[in-house]
Amino acid sequence: MNLGLYMAQRLSAMVMVPLVFGHLGVMIYAIQGGLTTAEILERTMGSLWWFLFYGCFVVAVSIHSAIGMRVIVHEVLKLRGLALELVMWAFGISILFLGARAVMAVTML
Amino acid sequence: MIRPHRTHPLWFAYMLHRLSGLGLALFLPVHLYVLAMALTRPASLDRFLAFADNPIVKLAEFGLVFLLAVHLFGGLRLLALEFLPWSGRQKSAAAAALAGAFLVSGSFLLRAV
Amino acid sequence: MYFHNPLKNDRCAVSEEDILEVSVWRGTGDTGEYETFQVPARESQTVLDVVTWIQQQIDPSLSYRYACRVGMCGSCAMMVNGEPRWTCRTHVKKVTRDGALQIGPLRNLPTIKDLAADMDPFFDKWIAAGGVHTPSRSRAEPIAEVSPEDPGRVEANKGIECINCSVCYAACDTVANTPDYLGPAALQRAWTLYNDSKVEDRQAVLDAVSKNNGCHNCHTQGSCTQYCPNELDPLSAIAGLKRASAKSFLFKSKEDRQ
Repeated sequence: MNLGLYMAQRLSAMVMVPLVFGHLGVMIYAIQGGLTTAEILERTMGSLWWFLFYGCFVVAVSIHSAIGMRVIVHEVLKLRGLALELVMWAFGISILFLGARAVMAVTML
Repeated sequence: MIRPHRTHPLWFAYMLHRLSGLGLALFLPVHLYVLAMALTRPASLDRFLAFADNPIVKLAEFGLVFLLAVHLFGGLRLLALEFLPWSGRQKSAAAAALAGAFLVSGSFLLRAV
Repeated sequence: MYFHNPLKNDRCAVSEEDILEVSVWRGTGDTGEYETFQVPARESQTVLDVVTWIQQQIDPSLSYRYACRVGMCGSCAMMVNGEPRWTCRTHVKKVTRDGALQIGPLRNLPTIKDLAADMDPFFDKWIAAGGVHTPSRSRAEPIAEVSPEDPGRVEANKGIECINCSVCYAACDTVANTPDYLGPAALQRAWTLYNDSKVEDRQAVLDAVSKNNGCHNCHTQGSCTQYCPNELDPLSAIAGLKRASAKSFLFKSKEDRQ
């Protein structure tokens, strides 16, 4: 882990601090009386704010989790060099893709 | 067995942060995939959400919220240790992080059942 | 049971409960095993005393390293019941478990023979972390005055009593998992230099610890600070390096850094 990765890891963490608090609050609120697709979509559909909130979240979490996975894979599986870079980028891009799809699914049609 | 040189609060705080982070990172793809069903197959999502109503799944959800809360407070602890002038009160910070995580996930569980 | 008492130079009776079961790592390089010795327990005795007793009374071929015996030189550190200790100042009574001691060479370093670890990687990293002092003035110039109250000096003072015993290095799991990682001692040394106004290029110190093997690998496990026999705080020193390098990353342009 060098300075660049460290900064990306810490800055994405700082971005996520308020977002995770928000997300925890939404969860505790949303699960009252059970969850339905209609209820989720009613809350989020067509809302620019939810789009921005979860859009930022997805970008930050794909950076943060990819670097975290890189560290674990390096320390536990002893992977290094190009293979390690590939694991990090593949994980981050997958999360970014899945996340973008999910955010679009619940905020726009 | 936990080796003797690891039996101190900061090492446990580290391990908790690593395991919660790993758990969340592995859960994330599933979570995002299920959410995207709202667009592609709303009926499947509803079936999934109905399935998620049973108590075992509720407990697993509590676990996930706990992981998120643990990782959040553990991360705040790290950011404070690294970026705020060093206070030397690391052990109480680690304990406070854990307490905060229990508080948040506990209230989730109370609401859920 | 009778044991030779080197202090009295005669034989003295020792009861069963006064015997220490001591298993000591024997072997060269990567191979070896623990060998058990029975050592008479004394009222006041250090782990180094026990090792020395075995070497003098039972097996002169036992290899280990020590010099000062008073916690100054940093050469006698070993693993004692799984924990890194400076053996010359570790009282046996404080570390025995059920009258037993397991003594091995320092973790995270290659073993030369028996209890003697190869310290080369430890000192190589000391240098790699920018640990060599590069003065800002020549000997022809007057000595720079540094006030003892200067905040940088106060910070540097916290780390300068390091005796290079490698206890922190042996305690660190990040060193174990990432063998290239510079480790707590070298990074703490870098932190003292970064805070020393007499060092010519302090940004160079930051750059040296900001590479792939540098301070940003630290996971704040805190075993270094937990085990430092001189009660120093490498964990805080490394946090200081992270803070300083993050600041230089955010607030200085590339040109300034070169």
